[in-house]
Amino acid sequence: MSAFLQYLITGIARGFLFALLATGFVVIHRVTKVVNFAQGAFAVLGGFIAYSLLRAGVPHGVSEAIAVLAAAAIGLVFGAITILGNMTPVGSLITTIGLAILSEAIAMIAWGTTPLTFSGIGGPDIQVAGVFLQTQYLLLIGVSLVVLVVLWLALDRTYVGKGMTSCASNPYAARLAGINVKRMGLLSFAIGGALGGLGGVLIMPLFPLTYDGDVSLSILGFAAAIVGGLTSPGLALVGGLVFGIAEQFVAGYWSPANESAVALGILLLLLLWQARRHRSEEIA
Amino acid sequence: MRYGAAVALDGVGISVERGEMVALVGANGAGKTTLLNALSGMLVPSAGRISCSGRIAHVPEGRELFSDLNVDDNLRIGAWKATSRDPSPVYELFPQLQPLAKRRAGGLSGGEQQMVAIGRALMAKPDLLAIDELSQGLAPNIVQEISRHLVKLNLETGLAVLLVEQNARLALDLCTRAYVLETGRIVEEGPSSRLREDPAVQRAYLGGHLVS
Repeated sequence: MSAFLQYLITGIARGFLFALLATGFVVIHRVTKVVNFAQGAFAVLGGFIAYSLLRAGVPHGVSEAIAVLAAAAIGLVFGAITILGNMTPVGSLITTIGLAILSEAIAMIAWGTTPLTFSGIGGPDIQVAGVFLQTQYLLLIGVSLVVLVVLWLALDRTYVGKGMTSCASNPYAARLAGINVKRMGLLSFAIGGALGGLGGVLIMPLFPLTYDGDVSLSILGFAAAIVGGLTSPGLALVGGLVFGIAEQFVAGYWSPANESAVALGILLLLLLWQARRHRSEEIA
Repeated sequence: MRYGAAVALDGVGISVERGEMVALVGANGAGKTTLLNALSGMLVPSAGRISCSGRIAHVPEGRELFSDLNVDDNLRIGAWKATSRDPSPVYELFPQLQPLAKRRAGGLSGGEQQMVAIGRALMAKPDLLAIDELSQGLAPNIVQEISRHLVKLNLETGLAVLLVEQNARLALDLCTRAYVLETGRIVEEGPSSRLREDPAVQRAYLGGHLVS
């Protein structure tokens, strides 16, 4: 029983990480129609920057905040490279993959190839139903939940959020209305960068990250985002939790080696289901 | 204004005064839409310049709504640069949109979509409302209905309206004055009553099967 609870709670924590990344995919896609495969790189770079700041003696809280801002800035730069050149959506997607590879190279040169971690916020472990939990789990879940709900409401309920959505819905009409579509796209990339960076700094004390860890993070974040058709932040959260919990149960009860295979299997089924639904919508 | 080697617009000047309703007619490819896009700042000229005085709201060909957003949000986004985002004046103009306020714009009929598109443009509080192909794809009675609302708006508020139409008969019937655009140049201009009698205009735009 306690193993089950342990896997469940770890899975939920991982799920929130995937949900943060998935929401990055959703925000960027909703505004620019770009599928940004550098999403995982924001988490790795954000986490590594926080690691270096902490080692340099910058206190907790400040280090993480700077790292998230730095990730937002990286997102802005990636966004500028991706959307300012008037590329086709496929061209932009390939560009983001190129940027992900570039950031892996930079991370490897700057931080090396060994997995990195840092201690999270201290405090005694909390005991829930016979399971000992680091406070960091609660921090990860609590902060992510607040950020995701606020962002969700901001996107769906506020005027600026609707203006952002209108950019992808019909960029021509958005420009006619006087919206600066490129600027909105850059803003979405900055938000995507911050979400990735936040995921990185929150997860690193629990799960060490390596320079090339962005690939699996991007794939799982994308998979979670696909649950909501790359447009719904709420369903992206559901998707994140499904993938997080599935990952931990597969790793715990079966073998960690099968983690990615199962995740990719679920992703494949989701993509097939989406394609089917799209086709039936078109016929209807 | 040119596309590659083709000059789409050349020395075109038009004016629409407050309270006026003016038509711009011309065949496919004459440059009507290019002119509108240039006026609304969507296209940057390759040479020369574009000058216009007053705020222009452009209702684009094909309506170009935000199909995933509801009617209310479509209207409110039209006011992006305006001070007031209250859509009630649009609902007063087109009362049939009021019950549809929370409906997805993409699911509306063509006529309703055209009303939303016009309403969205009006939300910007323009000095000139420029409508590209008002009648496109709409049943004649729907076009009549929307035109009636437009004429009323023009008479009551003095809003200047520029109707850009392939359907020359409709445009000349609604407007007091018209321009005829051909291969990027204004070739005729004058009161609608005179243009309707002009043999060249009749031959090109009002003759037989060419007019729907």
